[in-house]
Amino acid sequence: MGAVRIAKSDHDQIEYVIGSNGHSADALISILQDIQAELHYLPEEALRHVAKRLNLPLIQVYGVATFFKAFSLKPKGRHQCTVCMGTACHVRGAGRVLEELERKLNIKAGNTTDDMEYSLDTVNCVGACALGPMVIIDGEYLGIMNAAKVKNVLKAHGAKAARSGQRKG
Amino acid sequence: MVELTIDGVRTTVPRGTTVLEAARSMGIVIPTLCYDPGLTPYGACRLCIVEVVKGKRSSLEASCTLPAFDGQVIVTNSERVKKARKIIIELLLSTCPTSKKLQDLASNFGVNEVRFKIKDKGCILCGLCVRYCKEQMQSGGIGFVGRGTSRRVGTAFGDTPDECRNCGGCEWICPVCERACTADSLMNGLCGGCQNYAPVETCTVCIGCSESVGARGHKVY
Repeated sequence: MGAVRIAKSDHDQIEYVIGSNGHSADALISILQDIQAELHYLPEEALRHVAKRLNLPLIQVYGVATFFKAFSLKPKGRHQCTVCMGTACHVRGAGRVLEELERKLNIKAGNTTDDMEYSLDTVNCVGACALGPMVIIDGEYLGIMNAAKVKNVLKAHGAKAARSGQRKG
Repeated sequence: MVELTIDGVRTTVPRGTTVLEAARSMGIVIPTLCYDPGLTPYGACRLCIVEVVKGKRSSLEASCTLPAFDGQVIVTNSERVKKARKIIIELLLSTCPTSKKLQDLASNFGVNEVRFKIKDKGCILCGLCVRYCKEQMQSGGIGFVGRGTSRRVGTAFGDTPDECRNCGGCEWICPVCERACTADSLMNGLCGGCQNYAPVETCTVCIGCSESVGARGHKVY
């Protein structure tokens, strides 16, 4: 994957994000978070732009971007699906839930579907062990999951996403 | 000025001095790898650990980042310190088994085998090159990338950075690796300063380390 050119509108958005954080190098993480929230990943060009505008060495921005798991340098899907693989969820069958999700979305954990709709990730604990196995889709916490529920959950979520998309449009 | 006791000898040093500097000014030998007088102390290699006595208890602390204060009692060469240093050397060796400097250290401290799994990474993540680049050269071309077990020293996106002036300082200051640069071409090097790239022979004349690092399946020079 070569250098990805970001759209002009994204460029303006990054400029806006830097401005709203006060052009301050102290706000680096906050700026990166905003860009990540906006574009679902941190494009190379965005990092270069941020480094230039904040007058920081690129490696410092890159170091922060690679250090935190919340940042991704690879493009992410529109919907983030996270499976908890913590001890409690694991013993209650998180592995099977993950397998089912991988099968349904036809991707491995850590990847994104070809149509850029879903990203599937694992996480080590979300702190809701009593409700395990946990699956989180776009910030919605779904407890006591099992492989059989996965299909319906994805279906319901897909319908909901489409509805909210229509409302926005 | 603060007065502290190092190895039973009282000494007075200016406020803000680290315990390592105080001990060295008294001529006490404390091994270090990640310390350089011109750069910010970092406390990464842990080789400089000393025993800080607090009443009946004592704790092991890295002396390069420990500021001296009044009434401090320091022991630099107790059995506990020696034992801990040996383990640290073993751990460092397991990530850098071919480093001459580490092998010499092992030899000096009587470390005869490495009990840990050898994973030759050619880097102990001491951050000397990173600090040198940033503080001495005012450049900031290289830095740490990633976290945890995948943490490494590198450049952003693997390119030679604009800030790099090909000074080669990162390779020069690297304490364990005769050559930190793993690249075979100029463009994708750690710093880009690898014009004089050539395989380096290590440990050809050293006698000490021929019997230092043990025989568990890795190269002995």
